[in-house]
Amino acid sequence: MAQNFGSKRIVVGAHYGLRDWLAQRITAALMALFTLALIVQVLLPGEMGYDKWAGIFSRQWMKVLTFVVIVSLLYHVWVGMRDVWMDYVKPVGIKLALQVFTIVWLVGCAGWAIQVLWRL
Amino acid sequence: MADTLKERPVFRNIHVSQIVAYRLPPAGIVSILHRVSGVVMFLLMPFIIWMFDASVTSEISYSQFRAAFAAGVGFLPGWFLKLVVLGLIWAYLHHLIAGLRHLWMDATHAVTKEFGHLSAIVTLALSVALTLALGFKLFF
Repeated sequence: MAQNFGSKRIVVGAHYGLRDWLAQRITAALMALFTLALIVQVLLPGEMGYDKWAGIFSRQWMKVLTFVVIVSLLYHVWVGMRDVWMDYVKPVGIKLALQVFTIVWLVGCAGWAIQVLWRL
Repeated sequence: MADTLKERPVFRNIHVSQIVAYRLPPAGIVSILHRVSGVVMFLLMPFIIWMFDASVTSEISYSQFRAAFAAGVGFLPGWFLKLVVLGLIWAYLHHLIAGLRHLWMDATHAVTKEFGHLSAIVTLALSVALTLALGFKLFF
């Protein structure tokens, strides 16, 4: 096989980016499902207050779904923000700095959200 | 041959200063707003998690959460927080509906010019209409 690494690496063509494209859609579908599940539970009879609201998130299946959504969101936003930086920021140094900031921001946010979820 | 090549118009990436001169079709507006709404939600993510944290952690934090929107928190008045939430509601709705439009197009290969135009208008109108409805509930 011809050399296909280093400066000869093929970075265009079918399948390149397919994984992220697919992941973007699967994570989006999961978040849409979560949205639907949340709306249905909010609209169930009963006055909205702390007990009802916290009760929604304290059920085990909802905890699992929320956890999956937080992780999905982390990946979804990474792909999206990375694409935004790739499209609009040309200097490599600034682009790298923004990508590093994005990762730190997202991992920090995901950690906080999971922490909130876990102590319910 | 060389002369005709020279006369051809050259299209390069447009510069920020040229954006206003370009007339975007509805699908283009949906596309750029999909990005804008995504970036807005990315930047406001700590605020979203703060709302999640305060609203579910305890009855005390829940009442503080409600008080923040009724009477304000720190130097931020309550109406300002509501306005930020209204922005987030629009961002979420637009991103969700534009995303469902993508999924629908991927699944059905519905990529005609007419469908693209019509579904873009529906996306814009539906997200704004739902934002107004939820905004009414938020403010009144």
